[in-house]
Amino acid sequence: MILHDLLSLDLLRVIWWVLLGVLLIGFAIMDGFDLGAATLLPFVAKTDAERRVVINTVGPVWEGNQVWLILGGGAIFAAWPPLYAVSFSGFYLAVFAILAALILRPVGFKYRSKRESQTWRRNWDWALFVGGFVPALVFGVAVGNVLQGAPFQLNEFQMPMYPGPFYWKFLALLNPFGLLAGLVSVTMLVMIGAAWISIKTTGDVQKRAQKAGTVAGILAIVLYILAGVWMAYGITAYKIVGEIPANGPANPLLFDVVREGSWMDSYAARPWIWIAPALGILGMIGAVFGLRAGREGTTWISAAIGIFGVISSVGLPMFPFILPSSIQPNASLTVWSASSSHLTLFVMLVCAVIFVPIILAYTSWVYKVLWGKVTAEEVTKGHSYY
Amino acid sequence: MDIGIVELSRLQFAATAMYHFLFVPLTLGLSVILAIMETVYVMTGRPIWRQMTKFWGTLFGINFVLGVATGITMEFQFGMNWSYYSHYVGDIFGAPLAIEGLMAFFLEATFIGLMFFGWDRLTPVKHVIVTWLVALGSNFSALWILIANGWMQNPVGATFDPMSMRMEMTNFFDVLFNPVAQAKFVHTVSAGYVTASVFVLGVSAWFLLKGRHTDLARRSIAVATSFGLAAALSVVVLGDESGYEAGENQKMKLAAIEAMWETEPAPASFTAFGFPDQEARETKWAIHIPYVMGLIGTRSLTTQIPGINDLVKHNEGRIADGLIALDALEQIRAAKGMATPELKATFEAHSANLGYAFLLKKYVDDPRQATPEQIKMAANDTVPHVWPLFWSFRIMVALGFAFIAVMIYFFWKTNFRGGDYPRWALRAAVIIIPAPWIAAEMGWFTAEFGRQPWTVDGILPTVLSVSHLTAADLAITLLCFVALYSVLFVIEMGLMLKYIRKGPIDDVELTDEWMARHNSRLSKDAEIQPAE
Repeated sequence: MILHDLLSLDLLRVIWWVLLGVLLIGFAIMDGFDLGAATLLPFVAKTDAERRVVINTVGPVWEGNQVWLILGGGAIFAAWPPLYAVSFSGFYLAVFAILAALILRPVGFKYRSKRESQTWRRNWDWALFVGGFVPALVFGVAVGNVLQGAPFQLNEFQMPMYPGPFYWKFLALLNPFGLLAGLVSVTMLVMIGAAWISIKTTGDVQKRAQKAGTVAGILAIVLYILAGVWMAYGITAYKIVGEIPANGPANPLLFDVVREGSWMDSYAARPWIWIAPALGILGMIGAVFGLRAGREGTTWISAAIGIFGVISSVGLPMFPFILPSSIQPNASLTVWSASSSHLTLFVMLVCAVIFVPIILAYTSWVYKVLWGKVTAEEVTKGHSYY
Repeated sequence: MDIGIVELSRLQFAATAMYHFLFVPLTLGLSVILAIMETVYVMTGRPIWRQMTKFWGTLFGINFVLGVATGITMEFQFGMNWSYYSHYVGDIFGAPLAIEGLMAFFLEATFIGLMFFGWDRLTPVKHVIVTWLVALGSNFSALWILIANGWMQNPVGATFDPMSMRMEMTNFFDVLFNPVAQAKFVHTVSAGYVTASVFVLGVSAWFLLKGRHTDLARRSIAVATSFGLAAALSVVVLGDESGYEAGENQKMKLAAIEAMWETEPAPASFTAFGFPDQEARETKWAIHIPYVMGLIGTRSLTTQIPGINDLVKHNEGRIADGLIALDALEQIRAAKGMATPELKATFEAHSANLGYAFLLKKYVDDPRQATPEQIKMAANDTVPHVWPLFWSFRIMVALGFAFIAVMIYFFWKTNFRGGDYPRWALRAAVIIIPAPWIAAEMGWFTAEFGRQPWTVDGILPTVLSVSHLTAADLAITLLCFVALYSVLFVIEMGLMLKYIRKGPIDDVELTDEWMARHNSRLSKDAEIQPAE
């Protein structure tokens, strides 16, 4: 194994930081639209036939989309093991809430129309709503808490510890800024969900989705700006002081970190980052206008650009921090201290370079084959529809 | 370490993994059976084969979604409940999991939607390719997860780094071509094929007993028995391969499965039956078959297989050696990168046994302060509980041989006796439907319970692997998982039975017009056809 020396460790770490962002954004856009569509299900579709239409707009694709999340989990495990170890156990009950909601989803999609009973179907509709709304909210709450820092420590053997009783660790996540971030996430995903439904449907359902999406989009813009102002003036940032061994061992305890200033300092130091929030706001404005004008394709692409901008505007100013610790700042996980080894990062990069283009190619082909509107007539006649 | 947390975490992992594996083997096998059936349809154009693909496909879909639902939990549970494990070995263990996502899950999940929704949108050839890709994806995922699991049993291609306090990969290809992983992969997918074959056979037998859908049932039995016979043989033959690997790498596991307390002169005998007594270190009423154990475990007549008592003595020495490594490690970490070369050399010389020193964490916070009694206790802990292993292994093996017999019988009746099945045989085929699941769960139990007290053999003890959680955290999630999974499982069984009773949906007739249409779709590659 000599090949991996072709790329230096610090470069690989930055590449994997970018790829982490790509995965999160990919998840938020691809799985985001079906989480949003499921959240909208009880509201934009009234009759059983309408609900089946909405479900079948995402029916053939949600499974592939969800792999963005699974792969995100796997990639964090492989490339950022300390992050995987700290975040999933530190946000324990929150992660459990996401899991429980996501467990309902596959079953809800597949089983809902397998019985005629209206009660059965109504119950699954609400299960699908929970399966869309809860993850959308909790992921946002988690991001809000990452900006503030999470209450974890590392002992001398780098074992993650979380002082305090379990209910407090959960309730502390639901702080006002965290909840605000959660609402940004929900409104944003509902917006792109509405954009998807309006691409795939006609008539009443499409009109209701456009209306709901417009409201969600406007709310998302307002809440996002509010969260931005709050972040600028109300959230304390973290900084590495002293030497930065960017090629050193993955050990956060070798760094000195202080809690001071604002994440906005990064915007001052690297003004090009302003592109991210600008894209976020412009994208969401584009989506709102697109929904009102009934321009389906433009809407979806604008919404996706908006999500790309919003998520980047969180990640970029935090660099090199990935997950700061609010109670032991020098345990904070950074790009330089929380990665896998040189060899693993290289091997995983090779795998990503081989497989990601293949995945994108066949995914596009599948979307092409499935292109077109879903109608109530075809859904009620066909045997394979949900 | 709080032992309550460790026990709850283990219980939760066992519960969620075993639930997950109720759905996986059927997915693995049925996906291939579907692809075979559809291939026959495309080649012959006979609608009955299309009807079969769709009927078994419906059952496949009902089962598949629960595999997906319970699988999400598995992907995140390492981080949730096993955070020190994730930190300590994520550099190696995480890689196959991520590659599984890249190579297998995306393939399987992207095409499964098209498999169900694409009948009218794709030509027959393209559709059957999609079905094969789904089968390929699910089998690939088994490959990567077993590479990860194989590494826990036989940790190759990695070394410990004192500065990052974890195992780091040194050779990816060693991890990839780990012989334990390869043997486990073939054994596990074959077990999945057997499961699906027994399922198809049993459901079809029920149709024959009821005199319904006999055309579909007879053809399905023909597929299930040929496929199932090959799979049942391969499970046992390649199960032996697993035994051989365990002999090389996990001597303690092998000795515990055999309840082999003392080292016997080679070749060792196989204990077919008996009641192991852990306290007295003996097996009561044992029935021995000479030579067999030595042959399975070492493939030779002269190599000795060490018994439990000798291994415990050996492990006591490894703990003492590991303590030297631990002491050096503490000093290296305290020096923050300024450690002397002598210190590093001391650590390197003893680091192979570092994990053994960590076994003492169960009894004392600083293993260097351990008393000789505690060291003895820790060495005794390296023996897993013998009787559950002894019995689960024997149940699995007995069932494995039974499946061969069942498959041979039905294969013979199908191919040489014109499909004239006696009613008792059909009833038996229905009754044994759950048996492959029992065998599969017993197999996992043997492999994972037998790995105790380690999460990664010889490297990281289970007591040290858990997250810093409270018992309340774990109790809440354990209860919720079990409740949620049980409700979903009941719903799934209800739907399965409903759709089996309902039988296949009426499809088109085999007419000249139909064949002409099929052939034109094959040759012209027309994308869109009138609705069927």
